[in-house]
Amino acid sequence: MKELSLHILDITQNSIRAKATLVSLTIIESSIENSISIVIEDNGIGISSEKLKNITDPFVTSRTTRKVGLGLALFRAAAETCGGSFEITSQLGVGTKVVALFKRDHIDRAPLGNMADTIVTMVMSFGVADLMYKHYYNDQTFAFDTHEIKETLEVENINDPEILQWIREVIIDGLEEIMEEE
Amino acid sequence: MAKSLAELKAIREKKINDINLRHGKDGYRVVVGMATCGIAAGARPVMVKLMEEVSEKGLVDVTVAQTGCIGVCRYEPIVEVYDTNGDKVTYIKMTPEKVSKIVEEHLIKGKVVDEYTMTVIDGKIIDPTIKG
Repeated sequence: MKELSLHILDITQNSIRAKATLVSLTIIESSIENSISIVIEDNGIGISSEKLKNITDPFVTSRTTRKVGLGLALFRAAAETCGGSFEITSQLGVGTKVVALFKRDHIDRAPLGNMADTIVTMVMSFGVADLMYKHYYNDQTFAFDTHEIKETLEVENINDPEILQWIREVIIDGLEEIMEEE
Repeated sequence: MAKSLAELKAIREKKINDINLRHGKDGYRVVVGMATCGIAAGARPVMVKLMEEVSEKGLVDVTVAQTGCIGVCRYEPIVEVYDTNGDKVTYIKMTPEKVSKIVEEHLIKGKVVDEYTMTVIDGKIIDPTIKG
């Protein structure tokens, strides 16, 4: 994948397939600590400890349309090739948590890329599931919560072009703001 | 997010009145293959372009959503268009440029864009570039 934001989009699709109703995405960027950490947590059906052992093996997948599952394997490789780490924990009936840590200035680290399009695509594919997105950039924070939008608009589904366009702008502006140099 | 949410609500309320005036259009359901294969091949820009076009053309009855791996990863990004009868047309090797044409021809005029579709003959998938 050319962008970390594409890995994020991919991993969150697993959550939706695992019937999650809430996905939380936290990105912590720190220039001082020279790190980027990406945490994706869901309340889906979870993965048994048996399956979890070799979950990042490309030849392990829950799908039936093909015999390989590359999403987690690729994400793990992306983190590990740039001096980072990868961890997945899960509990059946509770949910799954994926943590990927990247060395920020590593030459092989893919750019974060287009987060606005990733969030918009996530919202379009989430159905009624909610997304809580928090992005920390040094001491600045941006937060986005689809539950809040649904409550304000009094709707259950926000997969609507008008709302999506607005979400895209909110993400672009919000991230620009926290990443501004003081 | 609080202040801009108020803005959104205002936009929506204005829009809801508009939507009520436009009914009776065929409700196509458009899904984009959003598994690892699709995403790596460029499903995200296709999805975003669909959203933009549907918004721009005001196609209020069209929904755009995702589906998992369709099983023919080498033809990703894949877009499937379902009509109200549940009949499906599969478009393969999609790009944002192709999206514009499909919205214009298929979603608005109801004409399938043959050159982008997947054809199955005797259980074999025929690549549209060598079709005919």
